[in-house]
Amino acid sequence: MWQDVAITITVFLPLLGAGIITLVPKSREEAAKPIALVVSIVGFALALGILAGYDWDARGLQYTVDVPWINAIGARYHVGIDGISMPLFTLSYLLTFLCSVYAFHHIEEPGKPKAFLALMLLLQTGMAGTFIAFDLILFFVFWELVLVPMYFMIGVWGGPRREYAAVKFFLYTLFGSVFMLVAFLALYFTSEPNTFDMLALAQQGEAGVFTATFQRLAFLGIFLGFAIKVPMWPFHTWLPDAHTEAPTIGSVLLAGILLKMGTYGFVRIALPILPEGAMAFAPVIAVLAVIAIIYGALCCLAQTDLKRLIAFSSVGHMGFVMLGIATLTPVGINAAIFGMVAHGVITGMLFFVVGSVKDRYHTRAIADIGGGLFQTMPRMGAIFTFVAIASLGLPGLAGFPGEFAALLAAFQPAAGLVEAGHLTLYRVLMVLGAVGTVLTAGYFLWMMQRVNMGVAPQRWKDAGLADVSVIEWGTWLPLLLMTFFLGVLPGLVWGITTADVDALYSVFGG
Amino acid sequence: MQAAFPLVFAALLFCVGVFGVLSRRNAVLVLMSVELMLAAVTINLVTFGLLAADRGDVVLTGQIFALFVLAIGAAEVGVGLAIILLLYRNRATVNIDDADLMKY
Amino acid sequence: MISDHAWLIPALPAASALVIMLFGRRMARAGAEVGIAAIGVAFVLAVLVAVEVFTANVSAVAEVEAADTEEHALAGEQVASTGSLALTEAGEGEETAIPDGVEAFVNERAVTLTPLGDGFDIEAGIRVDGLAAMMFLLVTFVSLMVQVYSTGYMHGDPRITYFFTLLSVFTFSMLFLVIGNNLFMVLVGWELVGVCSYLLIGFWWEERDNSNAAIKAFLTTKLGDVGLMVGVVTMWAMFGTFNIGEIITAVREGVQAGGAPLDSGLLTFALIALFIGAIGKSAQFPLHTWLPDAMAGPTPVSALIHAATMVTAGVFLVARLYPVFQASQAALNVIAIIGAITLFMAGLLALVQDDVKRVLAYSTVSQLGYMVAALAFSYTAGIFHLFTHGFFKALLFLGSGSLIHAVHSNNMSDMGGLKKSMPWTFWTFLIGSLALAAIPPLAGFWSKDEVLAGALTAGGYTGNVVLILGGLGGMITAFYMTRVLYLVFAGEYRGAGHPHESPGSMKWPLVALAVPAVLIGFANLPFEQFHPTGFAAWTMFSLEYFEGHPAEFVLWLALGSTAAAVLGFVAGRALYRVAPAAERDPVLRLGLVTRVLENRYYLDHLYMGVIVRPLRDRLAVLAYWFNDRVIDRFVYLVGVGTQRIGQATYTYADQRGIDGAVNGIGVSANWSGGLLKFAQSGNVQFYAGAMFVGVFVFAVLFAAA
Repeated sequence: MWQDVAITITVFLPLLGAGIITLVPKSREEAAKPIALVVSIVGFALALGILAGYDWDARGLQYTVDVPWINAIGARYHVGIDGISMPLFTLSYLLTFLCSVYAFHHIEEPGKPKAFLALMLLLQTGMAGTFIAFDLILFFVFWELVLVPMYFMIGVWGGPRREYAAVKFFLYTLFGSVFMLVAFLALYFTSEPNTFDMLALAQQGEAGVFTATFQRLAFLGIFLGFAIKVPMWPFHTWLPDAHTEAPTIGSVLLAGILLKMGTYGFVRIALPILPEGAMAFAPVIAVLAVIAIIYGALCCLAQTDLKRLIAFSSVGHMGFVMLGIATLTPVGINAAIFGMVAHGVITGMLFFVVGSVKDRYHTRAIADIGGGLFQTMPRMGAIFTFVAIASLGLPGLAGFPGEFAALLAAFQPAAGLVEAGHLTLYRVLMVLGAVGTVLTAGYFLWMMQRVNMGVAPQRWKDAGLADVSVIEWGTWLPLLLMTFFLGVLPGLVWGITTADVDALYSVFGG
Repeated sequence: MQAAFPLVFAALLFCVGVFGVLSRRNAVLVLMSVELMLAAVTINLVTFGLLAADRGDVVLTGQIFALFVLAIGAAEVGVGLAIILLLYRNRATVNIDDADLMKY
Repeated sequence: MISDHAWLIPALPAASALVIMLFGRRMARAGAEVGIAAIGVAFVLAVLVAVEVFTANVSAVAEVEAADTEEHALAGEQVASTGSLALTEAGEGEETAIPDGVEAFVNERAVTLTPLGDGFDIEAGIRVDGLAAMMFLLVTFVSLMVQVYSTGYMHGDPRITYFFTLLSVFTFSMLFLVIGNNLFMVLVGWELVGVCSYLLIGFWWEERDNSNAAIKAFLTTKLGDVGLMVGVVTMWAMFGTFNIGEIITAVREGVQAGGAPLDSGLLTFALIALFIGAIGKSAQFPLHTWLPDAMAGPTPVSALIHAATMVTAGVFLVARLYPVFQASQAALNVIAIIGAITLFMAGLLALVQDDVKRVLAYSTVSQLGYMVAALAFSYTAGIFHLFTHGFFKALLFLGSGSLIHAVHSNNMSDMGGLKKSMPWTFWTFLIGSLALAAIPPLAGFWSKDEVLAGALTAGGYTGNVVLILGGLGGMITAFYMTRVLYLVFAGEYRGAGHPHESPGSMKWPLVALAVPAVLIGFANLPFEQFHPTGFAAWTMFSLEYFEGHPAEFVLWLALGSTAAAVLGFVAGRALYRVAPAAERDPVLRLGLVTRVLENRYYLDHLYMGVIVRPLRDRLAVLAYWFNDRVIDRFVYLVGVGTQRIGQATYTYADQRGIDGAVNGIGVSANWSGGLLKFAQSGNVQFYAGAMFVGVFVFAVLFAAA
């Protein structure tokens, strides 16, 4: 029984919570916070329950529900979870939980916790749903569902240029989704028998139902949808604006989960269903990924706005994830999944810290902060340093295993790519990617020098800035511990994913 | 042919009523003319009722219906006179040319 | 076996780091006591492990010797019985047969850390052998001394707890790097020591110079790490494993993963890539420029990290994979040349420095050059020099720290005449200097002699280059150390205040380090009778290698290098016996030479001018400009263009066209209604009349129909 309803309950619980929050009377808006907290705690507990109840010996897809949904177009309500979905699914609940804790600390102008938290919970349903949907239409519905709450989060609670950023985010992402939807429909009408089911499509893809030309075209469409969401160079320009203007919680969820929906889509949909298309596009993706790594790092060096800098760092980190995916090997895909989780934890944490710094300094400009964060807020500075060092890929912390495994895989891409004569290209890209790690270290260290070190300007010393609060500790400690433990024990993720990744990607093997 | 007389009479009476309704300006007279038209119809009902009885109608539908019309006519006069009374109270006249509130 | 528990050696400092971080502030000595206790226990463990490993290796050697003698005896009997023919075959050049089952000590154990996909695993394990045991000894001992010393040196610093936390973290990382049984762990430890170094160089982060130096150190070594990473990845691609033992076996058998024959070109590529990592970490030319700047950190840090341990990681890496490096002569040649260039050029740079720590820093670079160059010819020579150098250079750095503590300046122009006020520091510093200058019978003499002897034996182009530059380098070393000694300790005091001897917590570590600086050289006397029980036997990685590299003592070489050192001494004494005023320092009056040296061969200018500044201030800005003005502009223009099209559609097609039609319908309805309204006269009689007319018309029409 639990097996049949677990995912449905877990995914739609936040939606229910959002509904309950809207019933809170306007005069007692603060009551929304505890409600959101309870809902997100229960959601997180349920997600952990799913994790605990997963049969690790059997592996594969579990907790499946597959019932007709919209008969007219053959869409089904097909949900389930496997090792590839599990880390991201759980992470989305963890981050929402932490965000609802953080909401007690701070919600940007104009406040209105009721509306804000209801949107956040709505967002949660969309994010979690994306990772468990195994029907293309269902996937698409969840995929689009996240746009609306995020649009409002940025547009209402954002910074000075919030409207521009929100509209840009919404339209750009929607633009990609349209091509994706067309590709989905094309898949439906080309498949034999017609289906939207991802598993059935993947089987057909492996069996060679789709012609090479069709695969390339369909891949291109899906690629546009996912690449914009990731975002890959050169489709990334919505990201810095959205991140810079978004409220802290919005940035955290955007970086932590929303970006992963794109990369997850590649892993789950684009590659298994269209192997030949993937094979044809993989070198292109790899090149774009490495451009993103180097280019993102260079752009970071040029930033004067702290939050924008972190936003651009996401471009580079997602480049490593895409590089892993572009190798089409299980090691690379594993690297990508690890990279997604690690980036979610670390960059989520970075946005928390930057948000809190901004909250106190009332500025995001590095020059205005003027250094000396260690003096004004020693604990905040220490946390910032720790997370920045994790983000630049220090071994022993979460940023490293994904990056390293991506480079590892890039040196020895899938046999099909080697046969196609791309080995040298990939090896050159691997070296360039490794150089990218130096640039990454460069901008993070420079940032820390300008923000953390040095002598604080007198006005900030006089301002009596409050160091990390209790709520902030509560929010951050889980992420900090995860940053540490994921780095020390990468098996926490790879132990979950490896079997399913191996199974799914046997198609590209020798 | 024995029905011809009352039918012609009723038609003439109806025409008198129509004329009264169209030409009179006094509301009371217009109401009276309406009653004439109603009376003409009643005569017709009675006449056709007799014709039906000759053909085997045993329930005297026409006559009964005529009684209904008389009752309705009485009620109608009551309501109509009340309206006219109110009109007179408000406008101090019963000339229906002055009662054109529903004009465009 | 105690070596089974060798993992405790890194685990202890890790635990102490955690304890200090969490509770250090509340402790009486700010956590220092925990760090010292942990590293003390680790040192004891290291000694026990070393005893076990070294004993095992020595007995293995003895077994081989015994078997060999037996064979010789057998051969002798044969000679006696069959005549004189076999005599020549049993001569000196014959390879010593290694009996089955006798091998160099290796204790390797591992657990699977994580699957990596595709059937690969990453393991976490320990590999305890002679090399690791030696490194344990060096790291734990120097770390112990440095921590004791730091309680005095850092006394009163507000961030002392943080300092001791970092020292423990660093010690853990270094030991982790040493103990790892696979390249992944080496890489992890490698980066961890790097970040500890970064944090400790920038320990006094209020000063911009310090944080600049920290960033420079991190990024320069990180640039080398690109090579390391590429090398490790290539190794993995070639052998399908990170495990060092498996890689060595595979190379020995000449097979790659999947049974393919060894691709020697790719192997050379991998090894040179790995060595690029070593170039960064061990401050070899041309990536050495970060090390002198790293002296911005507290002096105990310089002693521990930037002299004795972390900077030797590159040397350690090459030694760790020595059997693999042996498979590629090209890689060894690169190593020899880089080492030779480094040792010579850094020695020259040490001449013109005024900052005493910078002299020592360049000297460290130079000595690292010796170690690296030595590895091209002789495993034992390289790591033996690493071992001895660790002790006496730590001694020198701590000595310089004692000086700086007393006079509050790094500059030798502010010192002078300190022999009287600081006798302990003087005598220990003198011992360290003599050891560094390779004066017999101190430690440096034996190890440097081993290096030069190795180069001499190897001969050839690279051997000769190393021999000549190494000999000259010895002279330079003696010269600049003499300069330091005279400028600091002789003459009159030139600084401010009244310097006095450092406290006991700083004095006794100097004494403790002076002991190995004097004695440790005797561990590896290059004579036949000491060889099977000496350092070479202790730390060998295989019996074949040990037997193939017998001890040799070249008298003329030893005399020659000693003479060179003495010459350097004499020259230094002649020029600096009466300390000249700073501007009259002879090495600063060599015109162009001085200028080139003072500007560090313009390498820093080159790096800043050609790489860092263009990258950071030009290319980054350009990239961002491109992002803002081209890509984002394009997106923006697409947006605005769409908006324009929308505007046009709205204005012309929609508002005027479609909506015009809609409005037209409305307007015409309105207009016709305006005419028809007159029918509504409000006159009931008019309505009734109209009705009658209508009924009449219809009646007529019906009738007509």
